[in-house]
Amino acid sequence: MKFRDLSDLAFRNLREGVLRNSLTTLGVAVGVASLVAMLSLGVGLQQLASSRLAKSGLFDSIFVTPKTNLRRPGGGPPATRTPDARARPLDADARAEISHLPNVIEVYPQIRFFTEVRYEGKPFATMVAGMPESSKSSGAFDGMQGSFYSSPNADETILQAEFAKELNPQTASLIGKDLILRYAERQSLAAQPGEESSGGFSVVPKDMHLRIIGVVETEPASGFGGFGSGRLLIPLPLAETLRAAQVNDLRDILRDSSSDKPTYSSLTVRVKSPALVEATEARLKDLGFSAFSLLDASKSLRIFFSVFDLLLGIFGSLALAVATLGIINTLVMAILERRREIGVLKALGAADRDVKELFFVEAGVMGFFGGMLGTLLGWLIGRSLTLGTNLYLHRQNLPGVDISSVPWWLVLFGIGFAVLVSLAAGLYPALRAARLDPVQALRYE
Amino acid sequence: MTELPPAIRLESVSRHYLMGESVIRAVNDVSLTVPTGEFLALLGSSGSGKSTLLNLIAGLDRPTSGSVIAEGQDLSKMSSLELARYRRQTVGMVFQSFNLLPRMTLEENVELPLRLAEVDRSERAARVREALERVGLEKRIGHRPSELSGGEQQRTAIARALVNRPKILLADEPTGNLDSATGESILTLLREIQENPGMTIVMVTHESTLAQRFAGRFAVMGDGKLLSNGAPR
Repeated sequence: MKFRDLSDLAFRNLREGVLRNSLTTLGVAVGVASLVAMLSLGVGLQQLASSRLAKSGLFDSIFVTPKTNLRRPGGGPPATRTPDARARPLDADARAEISHLPNVIEVYPQIRFFTEVRYEGKPFATMVAGMPESSKSSGAFDGMQGSFYSSPNADETILQAEFAKELNPQTASLIGKDLILRYAERQSLAAQPGEESSGGFSVVPKDMHLRIIGVVETEPASGFGGFGSGRLLIPLPLAETLRAAQVNDLRDILRDSSSDKPTYSSLTVRVKSPALVEATEARLKDLGFSAFSLLDASKSLRIFFSVFDLLLGIFGSLALAVATLGIINTLVMAILERRREIGVLKALGAADRDVKELFFVEAGVMGFFGGMLGTLLGWLIGRSLTLGTNLYLHRQNLPGVDISSVPWWLVLFGIGFAVLVSLAAGLYPALRAARLDPVQALRYE
Repeated sequence: MTELPPAIRLESVSRHYLMGESVIRAVNDVSLTVPTGEFLALLGSSGSGKSTLLNLIAGLDRPTSGSVIAEGQDLSKMSSLELARYRRQTVGMVFQSFNLLPRMTLEENVELPLRLAEVDRSERAARVREALERVGLEKRIGHRPSELSGGEQQRTAIARALVNRPKILLADEPTGNLDSATGESILTLLREIQENPGMTIVMVTHESTLAQRFAGRFAVMGDGKLLSNGAPR
């Protein structure tokens, strides 16, 4: 029989026993719904965790240091180590070269320094961090009060909420106010006559007025390689012009021959996606730098969520297994009811295959509609869970999150899986119907 | 004029069933030839094996031994797929209880064999109408079987049996559920079909008086054996 005729007959048969078939389809739908809801929860939580981590910049960043900077355990004092032939300083040239590597979005130094902030005449100690321009679009400043820097060199600052609360518990009222940043500027000294090395530098206190333009809840400057979280965030280009003395300056002075040339103790290299980290890391090592990333951490995160999804999927599938029994039951009952009809079909020339396919299509159609309805239900369950969670979070004064997600692949998977499971459930009834002896079936009243 | 090969030839056909430990010989060593275009009535009391024999000719059942040759094809050597094709294309069947599908209209019931034979959709409507016209029910095309009288239902069943233009029509007690007048009209119809377009008909019945008036020849069965094989009138 042609497929169109087959499906015609199948639909007709399904309409005939509309109540029973609808209930069976609903059973499939509930099974699929529980599966889709579970998986949407898994996917949603994974996306939530990934996006939180992506905002931290941990997984698309590579931390680059000059090779000579490394102090490996047991490496001995610098003088006794043979210098690496490929080792090169991490200076402005190197920064430019790295920024031209494929897939590199930006390269920036880590600038963090201690400061004393004066606000309304009172001193507060904290850490300043320079924020690269890209941090605006990375989502790290999502949900902030106020606005992002008006220009890369603006004398503006965004405060991390915890620090902002120290200044004024009503953080919103801080925006638009000024504060004074006191920092230690590093001024190079001329080399002493007769000395080979540079003259070192002196540290001079400086003041700078900054306007508070925003307050942010998240911690955009908690990236690895720092010395603690930055609480007072200023534009990175501005931070670079300050030449503020940093923690590792003392180390640098022993090594640098010309301290006027900007060299960096470390650079952060951001690539387009975490998947590109490994290749870029290898390129950086080839260029003669030390490089490391937290890729392994992201890998174990993926493994964790794969196992998590699997477990959720297994629990979700239990309901589908019950639904499968429902389909088998419905179709076996249908064989009993339609015994005579099967006999007539066979007498009129239906092959065993035709009868088998007819039952198969009926199972498939129930699976398809069950799958569609179930996916919709699963999505609704996921949305309700998100809604409930957000209501709870809202009461705790926490920002809302999306804990469930039904991407396209999950929709297709939900429907496809329902059809597949239904076809498998239809296998036994279909074979039984096909094997029915037409003479016996025609005699059946 | 050369003689046509027989439409049906049964050679020592037996069909035995196992019922517990005893063997039921439903059909026991029957040999019978039905020439093309003949109207044969298969008579016998209930349990004589006539319906079993008809099922063997219809390809619904397989003989335990012997061979059933219909339109030159040996059914006992066919696969189940080939038997299904034989039932679709070579034979048409009419039953005592009509066996129409109750939720389908006459049109859909008659169309069913065309669907199974994968006849083109464009051709089907005309073929269904032609078959229903042949039995005089073209005006009831959209009705359901439950809206028809017994005679009309049997006519529909005959239209359904004819729609694939088979060479052999097999009827199992076609008048068994009908009053005598209606039964007579059904047999008149079968007779007409046998004459025009010219078809071989094997009809199982236990109503010998009616059969005598319409069939061309009788074969009488008893206890699975062919008791008499009446010459054509």
